[in-house]
Amino acid sequence: MNITLKVWRQKGPNQLGAMETHKMTEVSGDMSFLEMMDVLNDNLIRGGKEPFAFDHDCREGICGSCSMFINGEAHGPGRNVTTCQLHMRSFKDGETIHVEPWRSAAFPVIKDLSVDRSAFDRIIQSGGYVSVNTSGATIDANAIPIPKHDADEAFDSATCIGCGACVATCKNSSAMLFVAAKVSQLSLLPQGKPESKERVIRMVDQMDLEGFGNCTNTGACEVECPKGISITNIARMNREFLSSNLTSK
Amino acid sequence: MNMSKTGILKSSLSRKYAMALTGLFLCLFLVGHLLGNLQLFVGGEEGRDAFNNYAQFMTTNPLIKVLSYLTYAGIIFHIVDGFVLTIQNRKARPVKYVVEKGNLNSSWASRNMAVLGTILLVFLVSHMQSFWYVMHFGEIEIINGVKDLHSVTLDFFNPAINNLAGVMTGLYVFAMLSMAFHLNHGFQSAFQSMGISHPMYTPVINFVGKAFSILIPAGFASLPIYLFIIQS
Amino acid sequence: MLDSRIPEGPLAEKWSKHKDNIRLVTPANKRLIDIIVVGTGLAGSSAAASLAEMGYNVKSLCFQDSPRRAHSIAAQGGINASKNYQNDGDSVHRLFYDTVKGGDYRSREANVHRLAEVSGSIIDQCVAQGVPFAREYGGLLDNRSFGGVQVSRTFYAKGQTGQQLLLGAYSALSRQISKGKVEMLNRHEMMEVVKVDGKARGIIARNLVTGEIERHSAHAVILCTGGYGNAFYLSTNAMGSNASAAWRAHKQGSFFANPCFTQIHPTCIPVSGHYQSKLTLMSESLRNDGRIWVPKSKDDVEAILNGSKLPRDLKEEERDYYLERRYPAFGNLVPRDVASRAAKERCDAGFGVNKTGHAVYLDFASAFVRYGKTEALTKGISNPSDETIVELGREVIKSKYGNLFDMYKQITDDNPYETPMMIYPAVHYTMGGLWVDYNLMTTVPGLFAAGEANFSDHGANRLGASALMQGLADGYFVLPYTIGDYLADDIRTGKISTATVEFDAAEKKVKDEIKALISNNGDTPVDDFHRRLGLIMWEKCGMSRNEKDLKEAIAEIQELRKEFHSNVLVPGSENEFNPELEKATRLADFLELGEAMCLDALTRAESCGGHFREESQTPDGEALRDDENYTFVSAWEYTGSPSEAKLHKEDLVYDNIELKQRSYK
Repeated sequence: MNITLKVWRQKGPNQLGAMETHKMTEVSGDMSFLEMMDVLNDNLIRGGKEPFAFDHDCREGICGSCSMFINGEAHGPGRNVTTCQLHMRSFKDGETIHVEPWRSAAFPVIKDLSVDRSAFDRIIQSGGYVSVNTSGATIDANAIPIPKHDADEAFDSATCIGCGACVATCKNSSAMLFVAAKVSQLSLLPQGKPESKERVIRMVDQMDLEGFGNCTNTGACEVECPKGISITNIARMNREFLSSNLTSK
Repeated sequence: MNMSKTGILKSSLSRKYAMALTGLFLCLFLVGHLLGNLQLFVGGEEGRDAFNNYAQFMTTNPLIKVLSYLTYAGIIFHIVDGFVLTIQNRKARPVKYVVEKGNLNSSWASRNMAVLGTILLVFLVSHMQSFWYVMHFGEIEIINGVKDLHSVTLDFFNPAINNLAGVMTGLYVFAMLSMAFHLNHGFQSAFQSMGISHPMYTPVINFVGKAFSILIPAGFASLPIYLFIIQS
Repeated sequence: MLDSRIPEGPLAEKWSKHKDNIRLVTPANKRLIDIIVVGTGLAGSSAAASLAEMGYNVKSLCFQDSPRRAHSIAAQGGINASKNYQNDGDSVHRLFYDTVKGGDYRSREANVHRLAEVSGSIIDQCVAQGVPFAREYGGLLDNRSFGGVQVSRTFYAKGQTGQQLLLGAYSALSRQISKGKVEMLNRHEMMEVVKVDGKARGIIARNLVTGEIERHSAHAVILCTGGYGNAFYLSTNAMGSNASAAWRAHKQGSFFANPCFTQIHPTCIPVSGHYQSKLTLMSESLRNDGRIWVPKSKDDVEAILNGSKLPRDLKEEERDYYLERRYPAFGNLVPRDVASRAAKERCDAGFGVNKTGHAVYLDFASAFVRYGKTEALTKGISNPSDETIVELGREVIKSKYGNLFDMYKQITDDNPYETPMMIYPAVHYTMGGLWVDYNLMTTVPGLFAAGEANFSDHGANRLGASALMQGLADGYFVLPYTIGDYLADDIRTGKISTATVEFDAAEKKVKDEIKALISNNGDTPVDDFHRRLGLIMWEKCGMSRNEKDLKEAIAEIQELRKEFHSNVLVPGSENEFNPELEKATRLADFLELGEAMCLDALTRAESCGGHFREESQTPDGEALRDDENYTFVSAWEYTGSPSEAKLHKEDLVYDNIELKQRSYK
C-alpha cells in the first residue's frame, strides 16, 4: 500500500521543529510501524538525507523505548500495543499518517522523535523501591504468604513499562498513572508497606518538581496505556497520599 | 517528619483534593439553591410572599450568612485553584501536538472543565449582578415588609418588561447546559481525586453523578423557560 | 596460562570455603575504590546496586535511555531455583546436575554448582524487593515446570518474569543512585577498555546524546553487556543488543570462550519479509500443549501454499508430527537445540508451510479437545457437542497462554485459536562469551564479566529459565564477594588519573575509528551490511554447520568486512545524537566476532548442545559428542585479527557427574 507520512523533524532540544512530508510506496501490512520507519530511514540515507532519530529497542512491546504519537494517539491506533507492535495493516491504503514525539515539558525532545524520559528514573529514585539490602540474607521467600488477589493486583500495577504514553496522552502531561502504578505495586505488598507513607510523599513531590501537569481524571491514560494499567491505581495513590500527610508525625 | 516538601497545600495532589472538596460542597449549595428556586413555580400572591420571605430569610439569618460566606469562599477557592491548575497544566506542554485525538480516549467534558468553568464564572457574575446585587444594594420594592425579589425575577424573564428576556432565557439555558457537562465529569472526578474508588461503589457514584448532572441543571433551566413562556 | 582458580575441596564446599578464605576490603577502604559497571541488565543492575551498597563508588553505564530497558526485561518464562517448595525432590545437586547435563557437559562443574547453591537466595531477595511472583491461593509462591526437567522449580510472574526481576534490580540500583553511591550514565556506550600496567583501569565511553568521548577511570571494570546474538542480524535480541564491549575487551587481551555456542530457540514467529528487523519469541511453555507438525506429502504443502487447502483440512494421518515420530520419549518437549534442528531438517526437505519455506505448525487443536473434555466433566456438562468441547478447551488455553496468543495475532494477523501457529527457530542466546575464572575475572586483571557476557555456566546449551538465574546470581551473590579478592591490593592505589598516556591513546583510537566511519564516502547503509552478515552466519554457522560452509563463511565475512569499511555510509556527524553511527560501530565489531564464531565452530569438530557439526552425527542424524577430544573450553586469544586468534584449552574436569550421550528417543 501507499502512505503519506508527516514526521516531526527537530535538530536538537533547543531548536524549532516542523512536520516533514514523505511518500512511501509498497508498504506491507505485515510490517511493524518501526519497520516501516526503518524503510523510510533507509530511503533517506540512500538519498543522502538525514534519517529520523527515534527510540526503540526490544521491538516486542516490553522495554518501553518506543514512543511515537501517531495520528493523534500515543502508540497510534489500537489498544494495548506499543508502537513496535503496531502493524501497518492498521492503516488504510493512501492514508496520511502524522508521527510526532511525546510532548511534555518534562520530556524534552533530544532529536526528531526521541525524547528524554529520565524524569521517570528520578521519580523511581525518589522512593520507588523497597529499602532492602541485596545481601540475600533476608527471610525465606515463603515466610510471608501474600493473598493471591493482592499479588495479582500488584503484578498488574507492576507491568508498567515506563514508556510515558500516559504523559504523552494526558492533555495535562500528567505522570500520575506512572507514579501511581509503582506506589500501588509496593503498597499492595507486605514488603513495601513499612515505608509506604514516605514513599508516596517523596514520589509525588518529585513528580511535581519534574514539571508534569496535574491529573484531571480524564481517564485518557488508561485507555492509551499499552499495558492497560487502570486509573484505580491513581485513586489508590490519592488515598495513600492523603492518609500519609494526615498521619505523618 | 513526613510532610510533603513542596508543602501539602502546594502539592498537585492537595490541589486536587481542594478542587474535589470545594466542588462537592458547591454541589450541596446547588441543591439548596434549586429547592428555593422551585418555589417560583408557585403562582399568585401566596407564592410571591413565600418566595420573598424565603429570600429575606436567606439574606438575614446569621447561620445562613455563615453558610453563604463559606459558599463564597468555596467558589473563590474552586476558581483560583482551578485557574492555577490550568496554568500549570498548560505549562506542562509548551509545544502542542499537530494532531491530537482526545475524543478517542476521553470525554469532551473531561477535557474542557476549564472552559466550562469559565462559562459558569461569567454566568455567575452576570447572575449575581442581576439578582444578588439588586437584592442587597439595588432599588427594590418592599411588599409586606420584605424586598420583592419575586417580581424582580419574574420581570427579568418577561419580554414585555425586559426586552432582553428572550436572550437571557437562552443564556441561562446555555449556562445550565455548561453546568451539566461540568458536573457530569466533576461529580465522579471528585471522588476519584479523593481516592474513593471501589469496584462495587464506583459504578453507583458514577450513576448518581450522571443523574445529578442532568437533574440539577435541568431543574435550574426549567425556571427561566417556564417564566418566559407564561409571561410571553 | 589459563588458571580457572577453582577452589580445592569437595564440590559442595568449594563456594563456602572460597568465601571464607577470600580477601576482604574493609568498609573504610571500599570508599576509596571506584568500580565501573557497564550494562544494566539483571547482572549489571544487581552488581552495581550490591557493590554500591557495600560501599564502593560505582559508575554505571547503559546505552538505553534508562537502565530499566536492558534486554533482560524481555525474558518471558521464569527463573529456576532449587527451593523444592513443591516437594518433588528438588535439591541443589539436582539443579546443578540438570544444568550441566542440559549444557551437554561443556560447562564448569564448580561454577554451575555455585549457581545452584545461590539460586534460592535469589528468590528470597527478589520477593523482599517487591517482585510480584505468581502465587497460589494459599498465598505461597507458585512454580511451573520448564524445559523438560523432572521437577517444578521455575518461579514466574505471568509471561513477564524478566521484566519483574529487572525492575526489582533497577529499583535496588535506583536506591543507590538516590544515595549518591552510584553515578548513573544513561545513553552512554562503552567504546574501549583502558589498561594501565596490564590492569583494566577505566574505559572510554561515548555520550550518545552529545557524541562527546569521555574518560572514566576505576580500579576495576565489570562488563555485564549481554550476548552477541545480533551477529545473526535477525534474533530475539533487542535492536541495540551488541557485543562491542565484550569484543573490545577481547581485543585488549581478554580471552573469548566458546564463541560458536549459540542457542537457537525453536518457537519463534517466522520471518515475514525482507524488511524484518527482529524475531519474536513465543515462550517455550507453549510446547507443553502444542503439537508440532508439517504435512506428510509435498502435494499438501503445495495445496496449503496456494490456498486450496487449509492446515486444519489435513487428516491426522496426513500430518507428520515429526518430533513425536523421532523422539517418542520426549516428543514435543525435547530440548531447544533438538527441536530447532528437527524443524530445520523438515523445512530443508521442502516441507516448510509458509511462502518462505521456513515455518512449521504448532497446533493446539488436540489440547483444545483434551482440556475441553476435562472442563466439560468438571462443569457437569453431559454429552457435550464437539463444538462445546473445543470452546471450553479454548478457554483453558486462553487462561494459560492468552497473552502469547494475543501477541501472535498482533504480529501475524492470524488467529491461533482457529488455525495452527506457524513457528520457526531463531537465534536467542549465546552461551559463549568472555572467558572468566571462578571469580568472574577475565584474563585481563581487573576486568570482570558477568551474566550472558561471560561463558561460564551454560556449556553448549542453556536450559530454559536459567539465564535470569545466572544474571542475578553473578550480580547479587558472586561478584560482591569475588571482586574483593582482586581489589584488596588496591586500597592504597588512590584515585586513578585519566590524564595519562594510556587514556590519551585509547581516546585517540576511538575518535579515529569514529572519524573513519563518519567520513567514509560510501553509499550503502549500515543495516545492509548487517543483513548480509546475518545471512552468512545463519546459513553457514547457524543450526547446523560443516567444515566447507564454515571456511566459506570466514572468507565471506572477511570480504564483507573490507567492503563495509570502504563502502559504508554513515549520515550525520559524530558530535550529535546519531543512531546510525551507533549501529556502525557495533557492526564493525560484529563483523570481526562473526569470523571468530565461525573459526571456533570450525575448530570444534564435534556436535554438542547448540553446536551441531554435520560431520559428527549418529547414523540416524542425532548430535554426536566427542568427549575424548573436545571436553574443553575453547578460549581464544586475540593476536591482531580474528583469523589469527590463538586457541587455549581449559580442560573440563567432571569429578561429580558421569558424562553421558544425551538421548531423548
